[in-house]
Amino acid sequence: MASLVSHPDEVRVISKRFGQGATDIDRYLELDGYKAVQKALGMGADAIISEVKNSGLRGRGGAGFSTGMKWSFVPKESAKPKYVLCNGDESEPGTCKDRLIFEHDPHAVIEGVMIAALAVGARTGYIYVRGEYRYLLVIMQKALKDAYAKGFLGKNIFGSGRDLDIYWHGGAGAYEVGEESALMESLEGKRGIPRIRPPFPAVVGLWGGPTVINNAETLAAVPHIILGGAEWYSRLGTPKNGGTRLFCLSGNLNKPGVYELPMGYNLKKMIYEVGGGIPNGRELKAVVPGGSSTPVLLPEEIDVPMDFDSVAKAGSMLGSGGVVVLDDTACIVKFALRTMKFYRHESCGWCIPCREGTDWLEKTLSRFHAGGGVKKDIDNIYYLSENMLGKTFCPLGDAAAMPTMAFVKKFRKEFEDHLDGKPCPFEKAGVAEQQPVLA
Amino acid sequence: MKFSDEFETRFAEMITHYPTKRSALVPTLLYAQDEIGSLTGEVIAELAQRLSLTDLEVRNVISYYSMLTTKPRGKYNVQVCTNIACMLVGGEDLLDHCKKKLGVGNKGTTADGLFSLEEVECIGACSWAPAVQVNYDFHENLTNAKMDQILDSYKKKGTQ
Repeated sequence: MASLVSHPDEVRVISKRFGQGATDIDRYLELDGYKAVQKALGMGADAIISEVKNSGLRGRGGAGFSTGMKWSFVPKESAKPKYVLCNGDESEPGTCKDRLIFEHDPHAVIEGVMIAALAVGARTGYIYVRGEYRYLLVIMQKALKDAYAKGFLGKNIFGSGRDLDIYWHGGAGAYEVGEESALMESLEGKRGIPRIRPPFPAVVGLWGGPTVINNAETLAAVPHIILGGAEWYSRLGTPKNGGTRLFCLSGNLNKPGVYELPMGYNLKKMIYEVGGGIPNGRELKAVVPGGSSTPVLLPEEIDVPMDFDSVAKAGSMLGSGGVVVLDDTACIVKFALRTMKFYRHESCGWCIPCREGTDWLEKTLSRFHAGGGVKKDIDNIYYLSENMLGKTFCPLGDAAAMPTMAFVKKFRKEFEDHLDGKPCPFEKAGVAEQQPVLA
Repeated sequence: MKFSDEFETRFAEMITHYPTKRSALVPTLLYAQDEIGSLTGEVIAELAQRLSLTDLEVRNVISYYSMLTTKPRGKYNVQVCTNIACMLVGGEDLLDHCKKKLGVGNKGTTADGLFSLEEVECIGACSWAPAVQVNYDFHENLTNAKMDQILDSYKKKGTQ
């Protein structure tokens, strides 16, 4: 059970029911549960979509695409069944927010899936929970069972004449499955190899039917939007970035934790006030603002509002809300190496630029960090990364490339300091095996 | 091939959830592994037959997912996260400590079969780092001393 934190600047929407016992369906009902879906039933599909569009809700998985817009791409008429798929395969390093949502408010996710299904005309939804989160899958299984027992799911929900089924599904360990097309492959019982787009899932998705795929946090926000209204929700954030989001603060911080803050909350303030600043009298060295795939920011770059557009303007991405803070004892080469080791491990090997790129990058960074670097490695690291960007079916190649390019660009001096047979200046010499130099 | 009644009830229900039988494969493999200890040839053949797949198709899926294994692990699989958030606050030291304490390397199993050790990627405990999962249980905000207590308590549980 992950511990909860709080800060006076928090605006609790998604986390409103955390610690309130809302896994119990009767308690959830006391806390305004399943009211939003009943309201949505009276609104009709178009009104739901326009409400969500106007709320400024954007995908919390990382891409930040307008949720209402995504829903509107699903064709009204379809010969094949339509589906809603909740992406609870949280695995982006630095991100631990969906865990809290499933642990404390599973019915909000179910209700979000129900509303999405009403909006796009789907009669079946799936909630995919990552394999490592077994205790959360157990919570979700019970929540679904309880919702069926109350008659909220199944035939003729709330006397509307509409049928709606929602099922749980569990993963078995794969970062790439968090990518929407790989997620569908996994749900269909296959290796999580991404699909080429177009066609997009909204047109050809699960078993060939139109499919809406949203992050668990995105769907958990939906019932609040329907009940509170688009205007209220959008005003919590900044223009074009409605609402709040769960920020996962981690790394070298006095008060790490998951905090719900308005979109556009200042990053510097987030680190020094909400997160309590850097411990042990150390200085800030760098911040990864939105999970391991997002380009690093320097201390002079963090006076930035945390919304999708502002962080993009600052040269990075808001991503999945994982804010990882590095103090001045951290070695950037080592950090880049650990990041790459992850992507090499998770690359499925389907696209050659990613398969070869992540492998060469891990080998090069490993040798480089251990003191076996040569000058041209620095440019090679950048070049290898650049050659993965935009050249793969799914964004895993980009996710490996973007942070690495930023590390080289912003910390070239630190890479140079590792040269000439010098081991990492930040730690005792490692004994990594000597890897080949790319010709 | 005999699974528990709980497994069978779950399986029978699960295959009604999808338009194709094979969709139940990934979660079913994990549940089967949890009961049998690993995905043996017998388990693979059984599930392949139930889902109208070939053994090879099932093996092909198994090799993709990091939690699935055809080789038995220890009774308690100690999974230490060393990814970025954990690394910054001592995840690697914790892994080294576990290696010494258990006397095994990464992916090794103790001679008594009680523990296996694995360095894993992000387990979604970044804000409570460094973190370890023992089988499915999370242990967070760890120190070497806390880790010792945790390992001792599993040892006690496992040898009772």
